Amino acid sequence: MKFFVDQLVLGLTNGAIYALIALGYTLVYGIIELINFAHGDVFTVGGIIGLTLIGIFRLEHLSPALLVPAVILLFAATMTITGFLGVAIERLAYRPLRNAPRLAPLITAVGVSFVLEGILFMVKGANQISYPNLLPSGKIGGGAFEIGITNLIIIIIALVLMVGLHQFIQRTRIGRAMRATAQDRDAARLMGIDINRTIAITFFIGSALAAAGGIIFGFYYQSIVFDQGFEAGLFAFTAAVFGGIGNVIGASLGGFVIGLILTFVAGYWSGGLQWASVVVFSILILTLVFRPTGLLGMRVAER
Amino acid sequence: MTVVSTAVLELEGIDVFYGRVQALRGVSLHVDQGEIVTLIGANGAGKTTTLRAISGLTPAAAGRVLLRGEEITRVPAETIVARGVGHAPEGRRIFSRMTVLENLDLGAFIRKDGARRQDMDRVFTLFPRLKERQRQVAGTLSGGEQQMLAIGRALMSRPKVLLLDEPSLGLAPILVETIFQVIREVNAEGTTVLLIEQNALKALSVAHRGYVLETGRIVKEGTARQLLDSPDVQKAYLGV
Repeated sequence: MKFFVDQLVLGLTNGAIYALIALGYTLVYGIIELINFAHGDVFTVGGIIGLTLIGIFRLEHLSPALLVPAVILLFAATMTITGFLGVAIERLAYRPLRNAPRLAPLITAVGVSFVLEGILFMVKGANQISYPNLLPSGKIGGGAFEIGITNLIIIIIALVLMVGLHQFIQRTRIGRAMRATAQDRDAARLMGIDINRTIAITFFIGSALAAAGGIIFGFYYQSIVFDQGFEAGLFAFTAAVFGGIGNVIGASLGGFVIGLILTFVAGYWSGGLQWASVVVFSILILTLVFRPTGLLGMRVAER
Repeated sequence: MTVVSTAVLELEGIDVFYGRVQALRGVSLHVDQGEIVTLIGANGAGKTTTLRAISGLTPAAAGRVLLRGEEITRVPAETIVARGVGHAPEGRRIFSRMTVLENLDLGAFIRKDGARRQDMDRVFTLFPRLKERQRQVAGTLSGGEQQMLAIGRALMSRPKVLLLDEPSLGLAPILVETIFQVIREVNAEGTTVLLIEQNALKALSVAHRGYVLETGRIVKEGTARQLLDSPDVQKAYLGV
């Protein structure tokens, strides 16, 4: 029982990270129908930016009393910087290809992914870099239900961001503009919506969420490496497809499901960890074959 | 150039290309304050393109579009609505995954004043059906209701000129009546209307003036009466 609970918590923690990345895939796909293959690397860049800020401001040695505001500011600053990176990528790499055939931006996205990994490699090298965990360690609860405080905080941070995003999209003027642009770009322009700005905001939000995932990943695994975004990105992409690409709730749900499946496969099947990719991509293939719209995906609305 | 003009909307020698295909060839027309003007013509004549050139979705390659004397030819589409052009586009293009209310709200996206509620009430008075269905997802509405929503949404920006692209297309005769009745009402309240129709008889029955578009050119213009009486128009568009 204890092992099961541990696996469950670990799965949800991993799932929180995948979900935060998956949201970026789904938001961008929803609005410009581009699978942004560079998104996984934006996640890594976010983690590195967070690490850099921790170093600059010496957050590791901060007194515990200041830790909560410091961590909040760390997230806010990292998410903002990474958000602007996403905006720059869109502006430089994707916007010029807005009206090109679909394949062109897709290949470009793969190219941007290599560029980001190349830069990270040059700056940080090929080795694992250690990452401090600023979140409190220790456990709460008891018996079989003893769970790590870090895990709990990570899951809460992810849920808060997800709910916040959902509310933002549903209730704010910009959120409404995002949904309108996703559904019909010309009609959105006729409403007076600046679609370039709206698409830029979408990249900002997606990249910011990936950055939050990057910091969380660093905190939890206490290491970061230049090409970790490749696999994490593909897993998160699978989560987005599984949940129904373009659907925000679906991506969150998909992230948690993929995280849980991966963790349980690794936990209950010795040597299962080696098969993680096989399992995840089998899920991707099965989803595309049997339910291409994903768990919560909608049929493409006819006009 | 005319010094004083009553034209709310004026097109001067508009050319539009889709790639290398020329869709409009020197289209000139004007819509005066308080008028309903119709543009009739066969499929592919360039009617929709004319409206898209006005609202900036397909900018003109040559010529000028003037709105109350100000040139808007190369103004981006998203800023034209703020200048007073409401466009209910071809195929309705409502936001089918949003509710009726959300669609209407988006129609007033550019407006920051507090009169939104009032305008929505006005739309609901014009189209009581929309009021009944305000919380329904727009994609589940019937074709006629979707058309009402498209017109209502365009009205939410309080346009000086309302561009209507085939509002009667695919609707049952009774609904066509409703839609045309509303066009009359909206016009009577002071909104100038540029109406595109394949149903030329219907369009000319509400319009003050009309233009006939053939393969991208204006080939005839006149009052609605003149066009209705014209043997050419009767033969080509009225099925007489």
